[in-house]
Amino acid sequence: MSLTTFLQHSLTGISLGGSYALIAIGYTMVYGILRLINFAHGDIFMMAGYFMIFAMASLPWAISIPLVIILTVILGVSIERIAYKPLRTAPRMSIMISAIGVSYLLQNLATYLFTALPRAYPEIPFLKKIFRIGDLSASLVTLITPILTIILVFCLLFLINKTKSGMAMRAVSKDFETAQLMGIKLNNTISYTFLIGSFLAAVGSILYFTDRMSVTPFSGTLPGLKCFVAAVLGGIGSIPGAVVGGFLIGICETFLVAFGYSTFSDAFTFILLIVILLFRPTGLFGEKIIDKV
Amino acid sequence: MENNILSIEDLYVSYGGIRAVKGISLKVPQGKIVTLIGANGAGKSTILRTIAGLVKAESGKIIYQDKDIIGSSTSVIVDQGITLVPEGRRVFPDLTVLENLKIGGYLRKDSLDEDIEWVYQLFPILKDRSWQLAGTLSGGEQQMLAVGRALMSRPKLIMMDEPSLGLAPLIVRGIMDIIKTINKEGVTILLVEQNANLALKIAHYGYVCETGSITLEGTGVELLNDESVKAAYLGKKR
Repeated sequence: MSLTTFLQHSLTGISLGGSYALIAIGYTMVYGILRLINFAHGDIFMMAGYFMIFAMASLPWAISIPLVIILTVILGVSIERIAYKPLRTAPRMSIMISAIGVSYLLQNLATYLFTALPRAYPEIPFLKKIFRIGDLSASLVTLITPILTIILVFCLLFLINKTKSGMAMRAVSKDFETAQLMGIKLNNTISYTFLIGSFLAAVGSILYFTDRMSVTPFSGTLPGLKCFVAAVLGGIGSIPGAVVGGFLIGICETFLVAFGYSTFSDAFTFILLIVILLFRPTGLFGEKIIDKV
Repeated sequence: MENNILSIEDLYVSYGGIRAVKGISLKVPQGKIVTLIGANGAGKSTILRTIAGLVKAESGKIIYQDKDIIGSSTSVIVDQGITLVPEGRRVFPDLTVLENLKIGGYLRKDSLDEDIEWVYQLFPILKDRSWQLAGTLSGGEQQMLAVGRALMSRPKLIMMDEPSLGLAPLIVRGIMDIIKTINKEGVTILLVEQNANLALKIAHYGYVCETGSITLEGTGVELLNDESVKAAYLGKKR
């Protein structure tokens, strides 16, 4: 493998990892606050893909992108309000099953409304521009994805660590009841978490599908599962962990394909999951459980 | 005419299928320390949690400043000036001491600097530990932080659930002194304690709670000298 091909694959891998990271953050944040694995997250990502197809059918991209983001956020927050909020005091397994239900609902709804045939993802002209550095060439989206991911992650970390609502989120994630005693409105904070998660999923969806060119009702399943693995790999509940996990899985997957093992690239992700769960169940940056005296 | 900041009338609360509070009535006069003593499981904590809006009441009235607050959300209740220092301190272990104080004033829109200074004056040790994570503090320091955090919302009524739990006697005495100091600043206090001796010594008025009902009430001194209280809670022989 020549240096150029190596760099080319690295770039592709980092780019794919960037989209994965954005989606993985949604899993990790919701887990951090509700201790729920939001199985519908991958399908929210898929729905964002369809939103883009229909928005671009009649609107320019500059309006479509914000519109898609808003619609996705509304979808994500509504799912929480309708399917998870009534189960706030129920055992954790109930809310998890509700999440699986929502996931199937979205997939089947999409199949019913849009059919299971792949639909072409619209081209956003400026993202598709080809750029060259020496022998290296790629579309602009490949370059933008990791940069945008890093910027968004820094904004997010700032929001969580330095702002009042971020502080409320951290408090709620540790102790529902005491957070309420501080005057924090639980439901608002939880909605806010879903808002951020869905926003990042929408951005991730635009970047991911621009590279993939088509959407089916099941487009969200595999990326969703992989991003979940990324979140577990990084240590579920940890945002930097989800980002590192996303990049790692994106890069490994791309290189496996490059070496000709594309058949095994998905299997690799799940073998990785098994290995982590066996040897380091808290992930790379997982919360350590501190014994309280 | 009495001036009660809080009065509870005929309160019934069920909790996990068990009726924990069975028709309790009590009054907390403005500016006083009132204590609620009784054995474990008598329903004392449930009463506080019901006032704070964490638990729903079945029936009865909770009149705070002439308004029935039953059924209000916790955030509304906190906003009106009632805070609860929960049992077991429950500071946020991953937040720094300063952040814990700031989150105590979550609902306030004005500057918190003055209040933070005030809390640091009351508990100088917290100032030294300002940047430390609350989880690394000792039990006594965490209790101070929990009280300081509650003060940040500028409450009119502070409810404390077992502040002496699990602390060394010397530290407990310090906490009791702090309760008196806070009270002198004009904050009304409703104190729930298993350590009846300590609580009655600082309280103006006390209620004895047994299996969900009030069985006895009186001034702190009266209860301290009451034979049945002595026998049941103070560990003295008749």
